[in-house]
Amino acid sequence: MKKTFKLTDLDCANCAAKMEDAIKKIDGVENASVSFMTQKMTIEADDARFDDVVKEAVRVCKKVEPDCEIVLK
Amino acid sequence: MSKKQKKTLIRIITAAVVFAAGIAMGFVFPESEDVTSPLIYVRTGALLAAYLIAGFDVLLKAVHNIMHGQVFDENFLMMIASIGAVVIGEYSEGAAVMIFYQTGELFQSVAVGKSRKSISDMMDINPEFANVERNGETIEVEPDEVSVGETVVIKPGERVPLDGEVIFGASGLNTAALTGESAPRGVTVGDEVISGCVNTDGLLKIRVTKPYSDSTVAKILELVENSSESKAKTENFITRFARVYTPIVVIAAVLLAVLPSVIIGLSKGDWQWGTWVYRALTFLVVSCPCALVISVPLSYFGGIGGASRHGIMIKGANYLEQLNKAKTFVFDKTGTLTTGSFAVTEKHAEGISDNELLSYCAAAEQISNHPIARSIVAAAKLAGDIPKAENARETAGCGVEAVVDGREIAVGNARLMAKAGARVDETEKAGTVVYCAVDGEYCGYVLVADEIKENSKAALSGLKALGAEKTVMLTGDRSVTADAVANSIGLDEVRSQLLPDGKVTALEEIYAAKPAKSTLVYVGDGMNDAPSLARADVGIAMGGLGSDAAIEAADIVLMNDDIANLPLAVRTARKTHRIVMQNIVFALGVKVAVLALAAFGIGNMWLAVFADVGVSVIAILNAMRCMRISQKNLT
Repeated sequence: MKKTFKLTDLDCANCAAKMEDAIKKIDGVENASVSFMTQKMTIEADDARFDDVVKEAVRVCKKVEPDCEIVLK
Repeated sequence: MSKKQKKTLIRIITAAVVFAAGIAMGFVFPESEDVTSPLIYVRTGALLAAYLIAGFDVLLKAVHNIMHGQVFDENFLMMIASIGAVVIGEYSEGAAVMIFYQTGELFQSVAVGKSRKSISDMMDINPEFANVERNGETIEVEPDEVSVGETVVIKPGERVPLDGEVIFGASGLNTAALTGESAPRGVTVGDEVISGCVNTDGLLKIRVTKPYSDSTVAKILELVENSSESKAKTENFITRFARVYTPIVVIAAVLLAVLPSVIIGLSKGDWQWGTWVYRALTFLVVSCPCALVISVPLSYFGGIGGASRHGIMIKGANYLEQLNKAKTFVFDKTGTLTTGSFAVTEKHAEGISDNELLSYCAAAEQISNHPIARSIVAAAKLAGDIPKAENARETAGCGVEAVVDGREIAVGNARLMAKAGARVDETEKAGTVVYCAVDGEYCGYVLVADEIKENSKAALSGLKALGAEKTVMLTGDRSVTADAVANSIGLDEVRSQLLPDGKVTALEEIYAAKPAKSTLVYVGDGMNDAPSLARADVGIAMGGLGSDAAIEAADIVLMNDDIANLPLAVRTARKTHRIVMQNIVFALGVKVAVLALAAFGIGNMWLAVFADVGVSVIAILNAMRCMRISQKNLT
């Protein structure tokens, strides 16, 4: 499954790159991309574990950039 | 400005006021700089307060990041530099650096926000609502709630929310957001309309033919949104670069703080810790990689946005980068260099006038639906009325026989002429030759050919001017026809009479022969050449409007079917690349220069802050130029 999330207050391109790296390292993630320009994050992961993966992604992103919020719909 | 930006602004102003007060005190009460005076506490307190007001979040973030194992980042650099300044007693420097840094960051964030917004506004084709007719009432709903077959009302000024067919009204549609074409496209009952266009003057009612998720606008939006996912190599390089760069600078700064002091101290017995630590701190301030990390992706984003304004949809920054290196351009013929519709290109009459020839042919061909027949009829209509034909009969693969004005007319190929008993002078011309016999007497031929697009020649010379080394056309057509097209528009090479699967083989051969380090571009119409589009480094499809296949198979889509946009796309790629390079060289150049100056003690922390944020801002402004590409100066 592939899903896109909106990000708010993602202020630095460097952090976006770091977030992307961190998400890619999460177990079960096939591909991930964080775009500083469109303020969007795309995660591609196993259907079964998708929710867990997203939770984990939120956690690692907070670690990299505490200001940045991921809008979960 | 966002809420967060406003907050930062207020903080900066407060910090600046407190800072100014602290500095002013030094002038009004000179004794406040004296260690023995109690006033020094007030002054130092003010400066420290200014420092903390301006920079507490930077300090917090740096600490937070260190705890999470993210040691080297700009917050860390600023923390070390400013705390260092405070520790060696330079309170005003520490506070000033922090205030400047925050101002620069704020400006940068506003500039990026503005650019991001102007680019996304430009690409905003998303319809917000649809006025759907239900139970005799018109209600406003989200476009994705409308189902196929429902009737949608589009008032002038509104955006077409879904793909459909006009069932009422006539109007001009502005397709500028999709194709860059400013002239409105006229539609009336029975015509198809495409979502994302703007209705200009008349009220339209359409019957929806596709659900929102399959509509043109949804497809394009998906493409645009995903475009920032495919990152250019340069982008990835910059990110990696930033990762090794920061630690190196920190280590260099430590060495700069320690080594000279120790060496000079040991040899001369004169320990100058303050001087060297200060130089090392300056060194740190200047070293933030922000200018690069922000301006490079912004340039690509701007280039993609600017191109979309001309109806050029680019699926990712990496394709822009590849296109910049393109030296070999391979074209499909029909539908790409030629219009794919046939037209009469030559009339050769014998014994009768050209117009008579044409009207006899057209009269007989009226019964046929073959594209060639239709083109003859169309040409004859322009010249005058077409006489009535009686007893018309079509022989498949040969032509048509009919009685016109009481005369027996045969129109078709040489075989038909033989059947009609006419002796034919066979010609070898590019295109399809349609012979005509009147009462068994040969009286000339009409030459029908696929029309070359008006802009093909200009596009090819435009590419040449942009440094294209080889242009090749692939076609399944006869070589006479293919060569004629190639000669008239100036192609370097032609591969004709190719079977459908022969195109990819031919492409492989051309691929093997392309200059080293350059890339190959394939331009097709997206119909049955998906393998070639995929095989090329950059696959460009023409005419994305209404063709999902083209949008999916290609890396770049020329939405308005205008081949003149091809050189424009290449120019966009060149310009973006140039700006990215300028920014890299400029940012690194200034930084290296200021680093060197700082190491030798010329320049202070203020200069360093300017070098850091100033460079970022200039690089961002430069990156914004990527958005502007004009059709002008196309050679």
